[in-house]
Amino acid sequence: MSSIITADSAVNDRAPDHPAALSVRDLTVTFPSESGLVHAVREVSFDIKPGQTLGIVGESGSGKSVTSTAVMGLLDEAAKVSGSIRLNNRELVGLTDARMSKVRGNEIGMIFQDPLSALTPVFSIGEQLGEALAIHQDLSRAQIRKRSIELLALVGIPNAESRLKSYPHEFSGGMRQRVMIAIAIANDPDVIIADEPTTALDVTIQAQVLDVLKVAQRETGAAVIMITHDLGVVAGMADEVLVMYAGRPVEQGTVDDIFYRPQMPYTMGLLGAVPRPHETDSARLVPVQGNPPSMVDLPPGCPFAPRCPLVEDRCREAEPPLTGTSADDKHLVACVRSEEIVQRELSYKDIYPVPETLPSILADTQRLERDPILEVRNLKRHFPLTSGRFLRRRTGTVRAVDGVTFDIHQGETLALVGESGCGKTTTLHSIMELMPPEAGSIQVMGKDVQELKSRRERLQIRNDLQIVFQDPVASLDPRMTVYEILAEPLATQGRKKEQVSARVDELMELVGLESGHADRFPQHFSGGQRQRIGIARALAVEPKLVVLDEPVSALDVSIQAGIINLLEDLQAGLGVSFLFVAHDLSVVRHLTNRIAVMYLGQVIELGEVEQVFNHPTHPYTHALLSAAPIPDPEVERNRERVMLSGDLPSPSEPNVGCPFTSRCPKYRDVLADEDRKQCDEVEPQLVGTEAEHRQACHYPL
Amino acid sequence: MTNTSTASTPVIEQDARTKQRPMSKRRLVLRRFIRNVPADIGVVIFTLLVLLAVFGPYISPWEYDELDFMSLTEPPSAEHWLGTDVAGADMFALAVRGLGKSLMIGVIASLGTSVIAAIVGTSIAYFRGWVERVGMWLIDMLLAIPSFLLLAMIVSAFGSGANGWLALTFALMIFGWFGYARVLRSMTLSLREREYVQAAKYMGVPSAKVITRHLIPNLGSILIIQFVLGVVVSVLAETGLSFLGFGIQPPDTSLGVLIQEGSGTLLTAPWMLLVPMALLVALTFSMTLIGDGLRDALDPTSQSGGKA
Repeated sequence: MSSIITADSAVNDRAPDHPAALSVRDLTVTFPSESGLVHAVREVSFDIKPGQTLGIVGESGSGKSVTSTAVMGLLDEAAKVSGSIRLNNRELVGLTDARMSKVRGNEIGMIFQDPLSALTPVFSIGEQLGEALAIHQDLSRAQIRKRSIELLALVGIPNAESRLKSYPHEFSGGMRQRVMIAIAIANDPDVIIADEPTTALDVTIQAQVLDVLKVAQRETGAAVIMITHDLGVVAGMADEVLVMYAGRPVEQGTVDDIFYRPQMPYTMGLLGAVPRPHETDSARLVPVQGNPPSMVDLPPGCPFAPRCPLVEDRCREAEPPLTGTSADDKHLVACVRSEEIVQRELSYKDIYPVPETLPSILADTQRLERDPILEVRNLKRHFPLTSGRFLRRRTGTVRAVDGVTFDIHQGETLALVGESGCGKTTTLHSIMELMPPEAGSIQVMGKDVQELKSRRERLQIRNDLQIVFQDPVASLDPRMTVYEILAEPLATQGRKKEQVSARVDELMELVGLESGHADRFPQHFSGGQRQRIGIARALAVEPKLVVLDEPVSALDVSIQAGIINLLEDLQAGLGVSFLFVAHDLSVVRHLTNRIAVMYLGQVIELGEVEQVFNHPTHPYTHALLSAAPIPDPEVERNRERVMLSGDLPSPSEPNVGCPFTSRCPKYRDVLADEDRKQCDEVEPQLVGTEAEHRQACHYPL
Repeated sequence: MTNTSTASTPVIEQDARTKQRPMSKRRLVLRRFIRNVPADIGVVIFTLLVLLAVFGPYISPWEYDELDFMSLTEPPSAEHWLGTDVAGADMFALAVRGLGKSLMIGVIASLGTSVIAAIVGTSIAYFRGWVERVGMWLIDMLLAIPSFLLLAMIVSAFGSGANGWLALTFALMIFGWFGYARVLRSMTLSLREREYVQAAKYMGVPSAKVITRHLIPNLGSILIIQFVLGVVVSVLAETGLSFLGFGIQPPDTSLGVLIQEGSGTLLTAPWMLLVPMALLVALTFSMTLIGDGLRDALDPTSQSGGKA
């Protein structure tokens, strides 16, 4: 990893005066809409030199994707683009779509977020790669084939020659994204635009793909525009960073300037709102209050003024221009008070009020002395693979959950982490369904699920067991008012009408919403507020355990911080336990007490969160933690990564021995042949007792 | 707990939202519907027809079963506004009565098919497993039966007498819902995966309540369109059957019966055909316009959206 970065900076050093590969000036994009003209992008200017990476960051709706789409010339016909986009000194604004097609894929390479929809399912990878080459270059079939194999090998696809005939569905998400990168660099472009290229991927795969992207950049010497909402990815990839807010750049500078010396209160707020996975302390996150403004009729003045803690009267008068400070003309900020911020050396802790941590009502009781709320022992859930329409034959088994064991005590949070497809969600649903499991046992509040016979008995347990979903839009019925939504669990549990009404008011206040807004529909609330409603619904019947299924992953960082703080407060104040499923390890470290790492349907490591993060004992946990991007450029640069090779094996293949052997770095590099034998033949079990840090590995680290 | 909420309550968030609250869905749909001129025309025509069917009998000087033997097959005149038929019945009174009957049959039958289709379609999708498999198999079987013949048989068996029209309505209802149920089932396939449906399930809400509270209301827009266009289908089916003699039995009348009677005297007494014909066309045409307008207004991707 580190070797690649030095190579990168070497390119930059060699060509300091190189003319910019792409130069954007005063780019402005507007769209018509039902409610008026949307000013999606306003006065964006930047230059990127060959070999450099520009990270564009900002919350959803800040105009970062529209900016990149404008550069590619892929905007809707209704959009109006003005300003200038110069690629190698050639103007792109105003080119017809036909002329732009010659530029796209040749001089500009593109990598999109979703590699599944970016590739055509009906053509093989070889045909699609060949098409990209044949359109822009005059090559013979043999040359195309040779170059295709070269490209696939470059992006790390094993057996490149035979894989040319494969179709996109035969590849995993990470492999498809590698193919996209191969297509993007096929014609040696000058600029590569990567729009959230790893958002849909797991951390371990994300690390691999980002690595490939760096290799591709080094090979082509292209300038890269990297659009992402993940500040960790930016810290690891970018040389320069452009922070966007309300369609406009508000801060621009080198990655170190932005991360270590931010000057715009918005940038500071974003950095303060991100949990840091490499730091032990559980200092409170600092949410940025409020929501981004509507892009239809922006009020005069700085668009961030309504949310800014440093706001003054002059902020509301005119929009501040993006300028350098007297000390540093490369670091541009759009804030009237930037000089003052630099002089007084203000950090986000000085600007934003840091919310206090509430003491837990259970702080005096040791964990094991508290009541166990949920005990799961060796839980299994297998799905049959069938074929045939009428007479179904069983052709195989997907072992989605294959031996999950954990305990949750009162007032604690346990996180289930792992790559997608490892069985986290199936575990949750198996618990929520309250049906007797295929194998193993589930006990809620000391009551075995196996013994629940009637609907009534299950309903009683449900009073103590509630769930919060990932998507705040899909989890609230759009046809019901917030009152009806919150009353539903109460009425189901048979509470009286008067009680319900009082409880709804209480709940609204509990999650920080105005009780007077209970008669509104969910679509009148922002994403963060809707998630608060979802949490209020889960808490309505005062459950002992709330299952949180990725509760913050659909939210922007500044909003996410507010929800995380709310969850912490609720736990401290109510003594409720959480079972938390998340893929974002920084959120996990911040919010949870204990962590269970899952791989292929099994819990392979289980322990206190600090122990597991500081001293992971299973090689998989070690790799997972080292793949997580950290929002700190210095740390990212000096980091040794443990790369996992390959993808998650299919859970439908029969397995003998340790399921992790196919990807295990220790098995591959360290173990001697006779030691490997044990891994191949004996399936490791979770060792140790509940009080210990446990793992399922024959040779723990 | 109050201190918790003050600690994390974003005060600005509240203000910011009230200011830029988006237009409510209902108002948006209404605005889009009103902007659609053909749909407005449809509403006006339909309202006039309903008013005519309701108040027509009161303003008509003649009853529909009152025969004026002094004027047989008379053209329109001051006494008989739309003329008379062969037996001397007043055309206006007949047409108003027929329109009312056809409307009643159309609306009730369409309402019935929509309700049955909604309950069956959502249920078989929601319960999954063998319920879904058996349900789909049954619907596919029912779609293949010759419903027209069965309809005709039911009407000839039960269709006579004062309440004969109820038998026809009921028969139209029974044979009309299969196709709709199939469509609604596939719409429910995506709806049943929504997290609010899962949330209700995990809360312990009984299945029947999940279906009536979460699934059917969220199919609302489709059901409305289906109902409106279903009226057209039912009215046409009724007139068709009546025309062939399998529908409404005399002395009661409907647009179909009147068209059948009028078709024999097209050349000698055209008013006998043209009056019920015009009413039928106006009715189905207005409903189709309303249905199209609703579909465009409710469909966010349609082109009837505003231009800014």
